[in-house]
Amino acid sequence: MSAADRLQTTIAGLDRTRIALYAVLLAMVAFYLAPLESGFMTAFKTPDGFRTTTPFALPPLGEFTLSAWGTAFDRLSNGLLNSALMAVPATVLSALFGSLAAYGLTNLSWRGQIGVLVLFVAGVFIPYQAVLVPLTQFWSFVDLGGRIPLAIVADNEGLINLSITHVAYGIPICTVLFRSYYATIDDEMLEAARLDGASAATIYRRIILPLSIPIFAVTLIYQFTQIWNDLLFAIVLVSNPSNQVVTVALNQLQGSFVQQFNLQMAGAFVAALPTLVVYVLFGEQFAKGVAGD
Amino acid sequence: MASSIFAALTGDTDESRSDDESQRRSEPSARTDGGTVTDGASDTTTAAVGDDATALGRLRRSRFLESLPFWGPPALLVFFFVYGAIAWNFVISLTGWEGLGSPDYSSLSTEMYAQLLSDPSFAAAFQNTLVLLVAFTVLSLILGLLVAILVDQKIRIENTFRTIYLLPMSLSFVVTAIFWSWMYNPSNGLINEALRGIGLDALTQAWLADPQFKLAAIIFALMWQFSGYCMVVYLAGLRAIPESQYEAARIDGASTIKLYWRVIIPQLRASTMSAAVVLVVFALKAFDFLFVLFGVNPGQSADILSVMMYRVAFDRIQWAYGSAVAMVLFAMTLGVIGPYLYVQYRRGEL
Repeated sequence: MSAADRLQTTIAGLDRTRIALYAVLLAMVAFYLAPLESGFMTAFKTPDGFRTTTPFALPPLGEFTLSAWGTAFDRLSNGLLNSALMAVPATVLSALFGSLAAYGLTNLSWRGQIGVLVLFVAGVFIPYQAVLVPLTQFWSFVDLGGRIPLAIVADNEGLINLSITHVAYGIPICTVLFRSYYATIDDEMLEAARLDGASAATIYRRIILPLSIPIFAVTLIYQFTQIWNDLLFAIVLVSNPSNQVVTVALNQLQGSFVQQFNLQMAGAFVAALPTLVVYVLFGEQFAKGVAGD
Repeated sequence: MASSIFAALTGDTDESRSDDESQRRSEPSARTDGGTVTDGASDTTTAAVGDDATALGRLRRSRFLESLPFWGPPALLVFFFVYGAIAWNFVISLTGWEGLGSPDYSSLSTEMYAQLLSDPSFAAAFQNTLVLLVAFTVLSLILGLLVAILVDQKIRIENTFRTIYLLPMSLSFVVTAIFWSWMYNPSNGLINEALRGIGLDALTQAWLADPQFKLAAIIFALMWQFSGYCMVVYLAGLRAIPESQYEAARIDGASTIKLYWRVIIPQLRASTMSAAVVLVVFALKAFDFLFVLFGVNPGQSADILSVMMYRVAFDRIQWAYGSAVAMVLFAMTLGVIGPYLYVQYRRGEL
């Protein structure tokens, strides 16, 4: 039997519906990756190169260039630093507050807790526009920028305000995520600890926190992505150009080089890199988390 | 006594407990007519119940105080920044503040809302918001469900597929808007190139410039970003349905389509609910996406309330008018989320 014949029998042996199934699944992969792929290829082209080559292929060798990446990185590096300074503490604090609130509202049951809980859950769905004007007013009166010294950036006007705002608006979703997890913790175990004389704080530290590591991972990934990716609060609350976060800087890069698609695409990847890295490292855990597995 | 405290701790419903107590309380009074012999017994019962009730009250109070340090500080932040801010936003919308100086709180009126009702750009934005919300949510759910059913067919490297489908969700609207502005580019974009590639030159469009296609193009891109999320939620829902249901339907001779339409999809109601709610939240944040593509002026064919609010308040500096638009957006959200929260609450899933 020749190799071609053998291949033919192998294909014939496969269930046709299986082949169709994989074909559709691969087509979906193409659908979800096409914008990324096209953008990635474009980022290696010259400012004129993207006009002459197909959008999904690499440029011919002579026209391959990394200049867009260099320019994009130069333009966005300050924004990346600002985003990190703003997003990392906000992520950790909102997750911690969410965990504490979920514990207080789930495992330490008291009358009226459901009312407070409803307000927390409803807080998840608030459109930011509904608070934008009061927030602008509030932070123009109470600017913490000059008062809390931050070693890495001397002038952090707006960044701390933005960070605190993200903590406040992140608490509801974090509470919901932690709560669904804490509701499954066996009450009898907590009761046993209580009978042994453990205080609520001790129980939280010794039992709840160690049990929360998986849900902390999911919450931190989700919150980091959300806070890093936000544009609206950032454009409203940070006016000083040197304190802009990366989404704002990327938007301006896009606006000021309207026809330079190579630069825009490289910039998009540079700005997305931190969340992409987080996603590639923890994507599976994240998928399990959002599905509530 | 010990058992009742235990019940309170393990979250036994308050209703059944108080019924229990009132029943026991009424018992002695009925018995006192009977004679003196039972009197002693009923006295002890009353005393025990009295102890019980105060112990319970004390316990609830102490539980409240004990839990307060945990939920109190986060609640303070949420109530101040979220609910306080919304209330304040409402007050501002009643002042008619134009942005100069500080708002005049002495004369509050609903003038801004009246103005909204006669504003044609508001009507357009309102309609577009509804269309975007409904079309994006429904289409993402359908696509997510179809892909979930495919991934559920015991395929290999399932995790890889799942991770790739969910990947766009990790990107910011700013980043996806930039990618899609390139995808939709009329001369070199992938979509028009692909149409030309298969000989459908007639279908090529300036997708983001043409009022006819603008909104649809936005919805399609948002669907690209979030349908993977629906897929993951549905996949988890499908996994929760026992295998026996598929087998029973097969034995009854149901076709695959009937099996899904009549048996499986109705059971995915909880998944549909939770995915839909998340989609609505993201649809409300579509501001970022439009802002990157069009700035504050997407044009009437694609203007949505969140963009209109920003344009009015931060571009034209009409704070009160912008706040009124924001209140309408907030009311719309409540209209969607309120029933959801109520149903969750009634089912005890909160």
